[in-house]
Amino acid sequence: MAPVLTQISSIPRVSNASSGWSKTLERLGWTLGSLLAFVALWHVTAIVLQNKYLPTPVAVFDVLLREAASGDLWHHIGATLARVAVAFVVSMFIGSAIGLALGTFRRADRFFDTWLILFLNLPALVTITLCYIWFGLSEAAAVTAVALNKIPNVAVNMREGARSLSRDLAEMAAVYKFGWWKTLRHVTLPQLAPFFAGSARSGLALVWKIVLVVEAFGRSSGVGYRLNIAFQEFDVTTILAYALGFIIIVQIIEFTILQPLQARVNAWRR
Amino acid sequence: MAALAQSSGVSDRSDGNIRIRVARKVFPAVGARVDQVVLRDVAFEVEPRSFLVMTGPSGCGKSTLLNIIAGLDRDFDGDIDLGPGRDRLTYIFQSPRLLPWRTVEENIALALPDGDPRHGKIAEMLDRVGLSPSANAYPERLSLGMQRRVALARGFILEPAILLMDEPFVSLDDPTAHSLRQLLMDLWRQHPTTVIFVTHDRAEAVQLGTRILRLAPGQASVIQDVRVELSPAERADKSAVAAEQARIFQPA
Ligand SMILES: Nc1ncnc2c1ncn2[C@@H]1O[C@H](COP(=O)(O)OP(=O)(O)O)[C@@H](O)[C@H]1O
Ligand SMILES: [Mg+2]
Repeated sequence: MAPVLTQISSIPRVSNASSGWSKTLERLGWTLGSLLAFVALWHVTAIVLQNKYLPTPVAVFDVLLREAASGDLWHHIGATLARVAVAFVVSMFIGSAIGLALGTFRRADRFFDTWLILFLNLPALVTITLCYIWFGLSEAAAVTAVALNKIPNVAVNMREGARSLSRDLAEMAAVYKFGWWKTLRHVTLPQLAPFFAGSARSGLALVWKIVLVVEAFGRSSGVGYRLNIAFQEFDVTTILAYALGFIIIVQIIEFTILQPLQARVNAWRR
Repeated sequence: MAALAQSSGVSDRSDGNIRIRVARKVFPAVGARVDQVVLRDVAFEVEPRSFLVMTGPSGCGKSTLLNIIAGLDRDFDGDIDLGPGRDRLTYIFQSPRLLPWRTVEENIALALPDGDPRHGKIAEMLDRVGLSPSANAYPERLSLGMQRRVALARGFILEPAILLMDEPFVSLDDPTAHSLRQLLMDLWRQHPTTVIFVTHDRAEAVQLGTRILRLAPGQASVIQDVRVELSPAERADKSAVAAEQARIFQPA
């Protein structure tokens, strides 16, 4: 499924409404064409190989529909989404706070830089196992493990944002007596927005993946848990069905929430 | 220059003058560069409602001095007394310093406190600087000249008591620069404001200023402090300006 994901998410972002419908249609055409080609290739390969570990796309869709009808799909995807949401919000919040503090205070940055590098390089599997061992197989441990993986990333990004804050504009705000609230709202936050949007997008991509691992390890719901069961039964059709469902949901979120948000944030750019 | 510093230091404190005394301004060493003394013994007073022009070669410390006067740079030896107008100071920077994510109109409105009656004058001000059609444009889509005019409108709308301007008309085409100078003169006559105006254009200095301060290159200090003896009518006359320019900037 990886090629599908890259293909879709590598579509250039459009921020300019005047680029028009024809371009959108053309892009959609390419996406659709390449998707169809992929499914066709998969189908033919599956038919030729006749291996029970490579089901046809039709079989996978069947399972997907069956799971959706029974409600299992929604139950597991819902559980995963909830964990993603909590872990995402928590890590964006804490990571931003840490990053902004480090970007603002030189001393703190010098001191904590090493810690940051340490956490950045800590394998996800290590944080996950340690969290489960230390805090038990609980929801809190699961979310903490995911957040711990994501926070250093956000912090590094936002630190860059805080460092790049324009001194010229800060001086302008001071001379024109903006006060702290106007300065925050009209001067500081707009400068940080691209960094925030950047960490949000890359962050979500990372959080999705780690949540699945966390679920496979120590939860009894969620897409990760379901994939783990299917793995134990060597049930490739179910694995692919859930992967497919998952990709579709992620892409819907990407298109309906993240991209419009990013376009709005960038509306003023030339 | 010490004599000048003393002579301007003796007047009484009730005249509302702006008093500027920078004994020393140093930019500390960075990397291979050693400490750089940018200003030394720069002292002068500015009378209320006068139009003081500072000229000097590029890099002599004019922007640094304005930053100090504006209170943005407090790391210097000396003291600044802005007098009664200290709370109504506006600084038009060397670069426009607009918020790129706010429209032209929003950029101007943000300079005013919320609910200020002058919000109603923004449209008129935009018209005066010739920007009405661009009111809702984002600054980065405008030419530099237009961005400068937005910065001027933002400064003027505040009707400041003290107006600092750092080469505001540089890199504008002649007609635009001319009309903006005219606008500045009009506004200044309508709302007599204390102006400290930095430029390296000598004709501009003579045309606008009631007084010219020349700063020396290197560790800037005042090398000349003269009154411009031109009537408003003569300021519009190119040859009168040129003659006065020749008088003031004669080779030593
Ligand atoms: N923030 C700074 N740090 C170090 N040196 C500076 C800084 N700002 C200005 N300078 C130096 O001080 C000198 C005067 O600069 P400036 O006041 O901008 O000159 P002017 O406005 O007269 O062209 C220049 O040599 C410049 O390199
Ligand atoms: Mg300068």
